[in-house]
Amino acid sequence: MATEALTVSEIEGRWRDLAGTLPGAGIDWLDDFRAQGLEQFRASGLPGPRLESWKYTNLPRALRDRSYTPAATAQRTSLDRVASLLPAESTRLRLVFLDGRFSAEHSQLADLPEGVTLAPLSRVLRDAPQRLEGLLQAADYDRERALQALNDALFDEGLLLSVSSGIQLDTPVEVIFVGGTSDEAVESHQRLVVSIGRGAEATLVEHHQSVGSGNGLLNLVSDIHVAAGAGLTHLRVQETGDESVHLAGTHLQLERDARYRSLAFTSGAALSRHEIDATLLGENADVTLDGAYLLRGRQHGDTTSVIRHTVPHTSARQTYKGALDDRARGVFQGRIVVEQDAQKTDGRMLNKTLLLSEKAEIDSKPELEIFADDVQCAHGATAGELDADALFYLRSRGLSQEGARALLVEAFVAELIEDFPVEALRPALLERLQHWLLGTS
Amino acid sequence: MAASVETVEKVQSLGERYKHGFVTDIEMETAPKGLSEDTVRFISAKKNEPEWLLEWRLKAFRHWLEMPEPQWAKVDFPPIDYQDAYYFAAPKSDDDKPKSLDEVDPKLLETYEKLGIPLREQEMLAGVAVDAVFDSVSVATTFKKKLEEAGVIFCSISEAVQKHPELVQKYLGSVVPAADNKHACLNSAVFTDGSFVYIPKGVRCPMELSTYFRINAENTGQFERTLIIADEGSYVSYLEGCTAPMRDENQLHAAVVELIALDDAEIKYSTVQNWYPGDENGVGGIYNFVTKRGLCAGRNSKISWTQVETGSAITWKYPSCILKGDNSVGEFYSIAITNNMQQADTGTKMIHLGRNTRSRIISKGIAAGRSAQTYRGLVSLGGGAENARNHTQCDSLLIGDRCAAHTVPYIVSKNRSANLEHEATTSRISEDQLFYCRQRGIGEEDAVALVVNGFCREVLQQLPMEFAVEAQKLVGISLEGSVG
Repeated sequence: MATEALTVSEIEGRWRDLAGTLPGAGIDWLDDFRAQGLEQFRASGLPGPRLESWKYTNLPRALRDRSYTPAATAQRTSLDRVASLLPAESTRLRLVFLDGRFSAEHSQLADLPEGVTLAPLSRVLRDAPQRLEGLLQAADYDRERALQALNDALFDEGLLLSVSSGIQLDTPVEVIFVGGTSDEAVESHQRLVVSIGRGAEATLVEHHQSVGSGNGLLNLVSDIHVAAGAGLTHLRVQETGDESVHLAGTHLQLERDARYRSLAFTSGAALSRHEIDATLLGENADVTLDGAYLLRGRQHGDTTSVIRHTVPHTSARQTYKGALDDRARGVFQGRIVVEQDAQKTDGRMLNKTLLLSEKAEIDSKPELEIFADDVQCAHGATAGELDADALFYLRSRGLSQEGARALLVEAFVAELIEDFPVEALRPALLERLQHWLLGTS
Repeated sequence: MAASVETVEKVQSLGERYKHGFVTDIEMETAPKGLSEDTVRFISAKKNEPEWLLEWRLKAFRHWLEMPEPQWAKVDFPPIDYQDAYYFAAPKSDDDKPKSLDEVDPKLLETYEKLGIPLREQEMLAGVAVDAVFDSVSVATTFKKKLEEAGVIFCSISEAVQKHPELVQKYLGSVVPAADNKHACLNSAVFTDGSFVYIPKGVRCPMELSTYFRINAENTGQFERTLIIADEGSYVSYLEGCTAPMRDENQLHAAVVELIALDDAEIKYSTVQNWYPGDENGVGGIYNFVTKRGLCAGRNSKISWTQVETGSAITWKYPSCILKGDNSVGEFYSIAITNNMQQADTGTKMIHLGRNTRSRIISKGIAAGRSAQTYRGLVSLGGGAENARNHTQCDSLLIGDRCAAHTVPYIVSKNRSANLEHEATTSRISEDQLFYCRQRGIGEEDAVALVVNGFCREVLQQLPMEFAVEAQKLVGISLEGSVG
C-alpha cells in the first residue's frame, strides 16, 4: 500500500482505517488526546521551510517520492542480534523495538527492581492504562510542532519507564530501536514516556540503529518528567542507516532541585531532526544538554531546542559540537527563554562546528529570549576548518595528513564524551567516534 | 498647519525630556491623502522625473501591492493604514530653491537652531557640509563649491536625477532592488528626497558629509532615499542624524540607503537616530522601518556602518554588507537603547561572497523600562568565500525587571576555510559598579549613564568626533527615568 508520505489526506485515511485498533482505543482521555493531535495535524499539515524553525530543514522535499508501510501492517524478518552500547554484564534491563514493534525475544526485563516499571506501551495500555494518564504531554498548538501532534494521534508503541520516589536505579535502562528489519520501508510513531519520582535516580540509554541502510521513518516523541530532587542521565545514540528518516521530539520537565543531563550522539540517518523542549519548573533545577554530530555524504542533521526558565535560580548548559564532511549539512537552532519571574537564571549555550570539506554546510542559530533582568546568559558559535598550525605540528611529528586530521577531530568531539558521567558508556562512544573517523577521507 | 494648542502645551510640560519636540508652521504643498498609482505619478511629475524612473517607481508600487508585511520581527504594532497618510509634502519654495542661506526661510533656520545645527556656524567651524532635509525637499546645501573642486557630487537625489541621470540610473536599486521587501518597495515607489553622493576615482572626500533628517509635517511619511557611490580608491565618511517633533500619532518612516564601494574604496556611514520615541505609555512615536545595505563591489573595498539608535517607537533596521569583492571588509557597530515602551528589532547581515572577505559585528543593546529589543543578524559565508572571517559580539544590558532583550543570530557557513565566531551575553547593569559610582557622590542617573557609556565604548569610539559627543549625551538622555 504505497502512498505519498505523511500528507494530511494520507493520515486521515490511516486514521479511518486504524483509529479503532490503536492501543488504548476506547479509553476516553486517550481518545480525546489522539483526536486533538489529529485535529492539529490536519490544520497544519507537514511542516515546510516557510516556518521559521524549519527554515533549514526541508522535510516535504526529503519525503517526496518516498512511501512507507505503517508499522502495524509491515512484515518483519528475524534478527539475530542487536548492537549494545553497554558492556555485556550490565545489560539487564533492555527493551527492543523492531521497526515499531516490541520484540520480547530480544528484550530483557527479568530483574526489574522493586518500584520500577519498565514495559512496552502496548502492554501498559492493555493492562494498566491509568498509569499513563497525565504523563503524556500534548503538543502545543503550533504549526512548527505538527510532527508531535501527528504522534499524539497515531503513536502505537513505545515504552513507559517509571521510577518510584527515592529509588536509586543503578542499572542503566537500555532502549533499542532497530530499523530496516522489514523488506518494506516502515513508518512508525512511537512514544517514550519517562517519569522519575521524587529523589530517584536513573540512567537511560536510547539507541537507534538499523539493519542495512534502514529506509524507514521513525517519528518518536519522548515525555520526560523529573520530579523534585530527582536525577536522570540520558544517552541518546542515533546511528540509523543512511536511508532512514529520523524525527524525534522531546518534552522535558524538571521540578525543583531536579537534574537532567543528556548527550545526543548523532551519526545516522539521511535526514534527522531532534526537537527538544525543556522546561525548568522548579527552583534550582539544572539541565545539561550536550550533543555531538558527525555527518557525511548527503546527510542532514538538525537539532532544534528550546530551554525555558520559568522560575528563579535555575541553570542550563548546552554544548553541541560536530564535524561535517562531504556534502553534509548540520543545523543547530538553540533558544534559551528566560521568563519574567526567572531571576538569577544562569544559561550558557555553545555550538562549535568543524567543516571538513568544501561542500559541507552548517546553519547555526543560537537565540536568547530574555524577559528578566538579573540573569547571566551567554551563547557562542563558531564554525571553521581545523587549525592549520595544529595540523602542521602533528605533521611535523610524523603523522600522516589523514592521521593528523583524525586526531584533531577526535580530540574536538571526545571532550563531550569524556564529560559524560557514565563511565561504562564512554568506550562504546569513543569506538563509534573512531570508526566514523576511519571513513573520513 | 499649525501645531494644536494641546501639542504645544504637552511639549512645554515635557520640558527637557524631549528637546527636539516642536512643530514648525510652514505652508505645505501636499499630494492628496492616500496611496495609489496616481500618488506615485503625482510625485514623479512633481519632481519632473524622466520616464524610466516613473516606470521603476510603478514597478516597485506593484510589487508593494502584492507583498506581505514582514512578520518575523519581534515587534508589535497595529496594522498600518497606508491610505491614511500623505506621501508628498514639500516646503512651498520648491520651485525656487534658495541660492544661499540668506534666501532660506528664516523659520527653517530657526528650526535648525533649536535642533542645535546652526548652519552658518557649522559652515565655518565644523567643516561639515550639510544637506539639510526639511521634510522632503532639500532646502540648503552648503560647502558645495569646496566639494565641487574635489569633484565630489553631494546633492539631493532629485537634483542628481536631473543632473546626473546616468549615475542614478546605473546604481539606483542596484543594492536594494525595487522588489526587496515591503518597506523598501514603498520607499522605491514614493521616495521624495534624500541625498546623493558620488566620490570620483582616487578622491578622499575633504570633509565629513552630513545630512540631518527631520520629519515635520503631520501625517507625512518620510521616504528618504540615499545613494552613495565611492568610485575606485576613494574615501567618504557620511553622517546621518535624526530628530523629529513631538506628536501624538504614529508616523511611518521607510527610508532606503544604498552604498556602493568599488575597488579599494571605503565608505563610513554613521547614524545617530533620535526620532520621537512616543511617551511613557507608548503613545505616538515614529515607526522606523529602514532598509540599509552596502555593496562592497570591488576588491579591497570597505563599508563600515556605525549606528546609535535611541529614538523611534519601533525600529526595524538591518544595515547590511554584501562582501562581493575579494578582500573586502564589512563592519557594523551598533548601540541600541530602548526605554519606556520602545521596541527595536535591529542588527545586520554580513554576506560573504568574495575571497578573503572579513566582517566584524559589535552590537550593544540596552533595554530599560518596559521596552523590548532584539538583535537579529545574519552571517553568511558562501561557497566562494575562501578564507573569510567573521567575528560577532552581541552584548545586552538590562535595566529594570520589565524590559526584554533577545538575540537571534543566524549563522550559515558553506565554506570550510572560512572561520566565524559568535559571542553573545545578556546581563543586568552591575550593582557593584553602580554602588562604586554612588559612593563617589555620583547621582544615580549619572552613574547609570556612566556605566552604560562604558558598556558602549567600543562603538562610541567608532563615531566621528562631533557625533561621539552628541551620542554620549544621547545615551544619558535616553535612559532618563529608567532608574529610581
